[in-house]
Amino acid sequence: MLLGPALGVSAILFSIGVLGVLIRRNAIIIFMCVELMLNAVNLSFVALAQQLGTDGQVFVFFVMTVAAAEAAVGFAIIIAIYRHKETLDLQNLNLLRG
Amino acid sequence: MIWLAVLLPFLGFLVNGWLSFFRPDAKRAVSVIGVGVLVASFISALAGVVGLAGAVHDAPYIVHMWSWMPVGELQVDLAFQVDELSAVMLMVVTGVGALIHVFSVGYMREDRSYPRYFAYLNLFVFFMLVLILGANFPVLFIGWEGVGLCSYLLIGFWFDDEAKATAGKKAFIMNRIGDFGLLLAMFMIFRAVGSLDFLEVFDAAPAAFVTNGPEITLITLLLFLGCIGKSAQIPLYTWLPDAMAGPTPVSALIHAATMVTAGVYLIARTNILFAMAPVSGAVVALVGAVTALFAATIALKQWDIKKVLAYSTVSQLGFMFVAVGVGAYAAGIFHLVTHAFFKALLFLGAGSVIHVMHHAYHHTHSGEDAQDMRNMGGLRKFMPWTAAVMWVATLAIAGVPGLSGFFSKDQILAEAFARGQGAFLFYVIWALGAVAALLTAFYMTRLMLYTFHGPNRTGEAEAKQLHEAPWVMTGPLVVLAAGSALGGFLNLPHVLPGAGWLEHWLKPVTEGSVPYLSEAHLSAGLEWRLMGLATLIAAAGMIAAWYFLKPDRLGAAKAAPAEAGVQRVLLNNYYVDELYNTLIVRPTDWVSRKVLWRIIDMGAIDGAVVHGAAKVSRLLGWIGTRFQTGNLGTYVVLFVIGVLFVLSAVAG
Amino acid sequence: MLEAVFWANAGIAIVSALACITRRSPVASALWLIMTLFATAVMFVLLDAHFIAVLQVMVYSGAIMVLFLFVIMLLNLGDQSATDMKGWFGRVVGLALGVFVMVELWVITKVVPVDQIRLPAGELNRMTVDEGAIAPVAQVLYTTYLLPFLLTAILLLAAIAGAVVLAKREV
Repeated sequence: MLLGPALGVSAILFSIGVLGVLIRRNAIIIFMCVELMLNAVNLSFVALAQQLGTDGQVFVFFVMTVAAAEAAVGFAIIIAIYRHKETLDLQNLNLLRG
Repeated sequence: MIWLAVLLPFLGFLVNGWLSFFRPDAKRAVSVIGVGVLVASFISALAGVVGLAGAVHDAPYIVHMWSWMPVGELQVDLAFQVDELSAVMLMVVTGVGALIHVFSVGYMREDRSYPRYFAYLNLFVFFMLVLILGANFPVLFIGWEGVGLCSYLLIGFWFDDEAKATAGKKAFIMNRIGDFGLLLAMFMIFRAVGSLDFLEVFDAAPAAFVTNGPEITLITLLLFLGCIGKSAQIPLYTWLPDAMAGPTPVSALIHAATMVTAGVYLIARTNILFAMAPVSGAVVALVGAVTALFAATIALKQWDIKKVLAYSTVSQLGFMFVAVGVGAYAAGIFHLVTHAFFKALLFLGAGSVIHVMHHAYHHTHSGEDAQDMRNMGGLRKFMPWTAAVMWVATLAIAGVPGLSGFFSKDQILAEAFARGQGAFLFYVIWALGAVAALLTAFYMTRLMLYTFHGPNRTGEAEAKQLHEAPWVMTGPLVVLAAGSALGGFLNLPHVLPGAGWLEHWLKPVTEGSVPYLSEAHLSAGLEWRLMGLATLIAAAGMIAAWYFLKPDRLGAAKAAPAEAGVQRVLLNNYYVDELYNTLIVRPTDWVSRKVLWRIIDMGAIDGAVVHGAAKVSRLLGWIGTRFQTGNLGTYVVLFVIGVLFVLSAVAG
Repeated sequence: MLEAVFWANAGIAIVSALACITRRSPVASALWLIMTLFATAVMFVLLDAHFIAVLQVMVYSGAIMVLFLFVIMLLNLGDQSATDMKGWFGRVVGLALGVFVMVELWVITKVVPVDQIRLPAGELNRMTVDEGAIAPVAQVLYTTYLLPFLLTAILLLAAIAGAVVLAKREV
């Protein structure tokens, strides 16, 4: 059974995704790291689906759908921001400051 | 029937209270209702008392109204108890109360707050009846507080005069000190006995308490603290002279005949507790004796006619406490009854004098004091009826043989003397009482001489206006005069035939305390000699007054020279008020102002708590804004830290 | 044998992921990410999720990553001269937090509710052999999760409309 190893690899991949989000400033790369995390989660879903039934695989299907939708909207926002600010460095994107 | 006697005054209060708001001019209706409910109450009370006397019973009648406080062990019912003691009080309160109500119709006729006055007066009678009929301590306490409230309302009846409103507050606050003691005593009784019903407490007391033990002594001393406040004994007596700011019939009803005697009633009611605590009994008797003498000396030099009577009341209440302190409960109640007659008569007589004097001064627009005896003099020519009945009362209070005051006061002194064989202290108390009796005779004669004899000092224009008071005022006086003269026959001394009727009547109430009291018996010869001495004292006091005081030489108040020396000390009540002011009021004021207000309230509460809370939330807000950098990187870091917390919660 | 393949692909995925977050160029990062996704797809197959593995390659590696590269080229981010990596302090904090996350996740994987296991070992594999790769998933998707499935369709439609509105230069 590969459940334990699969969950372990999933945890490692997820942590790498978190690390990437934390240490990078480029919006597109952070976006990629988010995809990496989603992928890690998918791995645990699939691993558990092997024993808990195919519901887990259905959830992976939903995650992929949401990821696709997120990518579409996210890139639209990134393009809009880039047009406006000419940069994707998060350090320069501080409009949220009150 | 008894509940009717209680309910009627309350109905009178409601109706008169309603009228005072909506029909303030309906004086005729108010008079009929205000006096009517009292007369009806007196009749139904009389019927109840006659029924009690005729029936054979071993226990008091208890009238349960409803369950009031059923809290675990504490079961308090709203219940009335009719027994021999409350029957006597019932007669005094409703009887004298009804007469004073009639008198008030004449006295207050021209007052613009007439309905309000009768509403308060009815309410007072209601609470007084609750006080004396209550079958347990909490119900008694309702009445106790209620009469205090009415006393406050009526002392400050003319509240647009600030001095009078202040006098009301003073009475109220000083009574609170006593009530505090009464409440504590109630708590301690409940803790020891587990009940607050009179019958249960008194049945259980011999088993629950150790005779002369610290607990029972503390309980009775706390009860006595309540009595000190209510009955104006040293050191809380100063409110009573100030209470004279109220209308004079109020002084007669509340501050002479009924409310102030509630303390005496309370001790007589809890006689078994006091009998089990001889130390407390001695304290009660000593405080009573000292108060009797102390107040009598002040009364010697007062010029305000009502102030003389006020100090006289304090002094006479002291006599009553001597009686209940030494264990002569019947004698205390006896003096309470006779005092209710003659002191109510004196106050009402003084009221009728003031009424006429005020009328005269009002007519000539003079600003003179209508209560100052230096402005009176020779009034017997104008007011023969008033003068006559007041002489009856004066002779009674001074202790002239045959009149009520002689018998009751003599009995108290004889009872104190009889216990002197057991403890020397009681001889001292007897001596204090005897001197106070001498002074009583002196100052009462002085009051009569200055008011009704000698030349008239009112002023020529005013003298033409002086006349006898209307019949509605003199009528009650005549009835009270009969009571003052004949009241002594209720309880004649042992050496006379038909003796001790009241004592016999009260036996069911007081017999529980008999085993704890020392045997006190006087031989017939000694009793005769004491009566002779009492007669001598009364005669000496009156003759001395007649001899030393020269009303002919007295000038009117505005021409009077300033008093000097001892006289000024007496006139100013030994400066006790000033002493209290300096020792208690000012330090309290200072502490309240400087410490409680400036430091505690403004500094600690406002500064630390109120403003502090605001400052803390501002600080937290400032810290919060530090996190809002607008930098997504920071947000992500914080977000991950939050995720860590959630994960650790899940991971357990 | 299968385990060896699994571990090999696990190693490829982890190394590629680390490369993805450390490469300076966004294009390189994207390519390393595709590598990770492929390795993961292989792991999916080993975990008896053949249909998901196919979707992974088609949707993720195919569609989404192409979109990434497309945007990177659109915005001309191909040659980053300066790194977008944070300073040493940011990296230390990030590393600490990342390690924390990994430890906690590891702890959580140890508390898998074993008593809830419904499929015996090899069951899913037997189902795939009997019914094909798609049927076991489709059976659940079109019955229990029919409503969420329809909702994802609406979500995608909304995302398309939103993307168009946001990215359009002028109306």
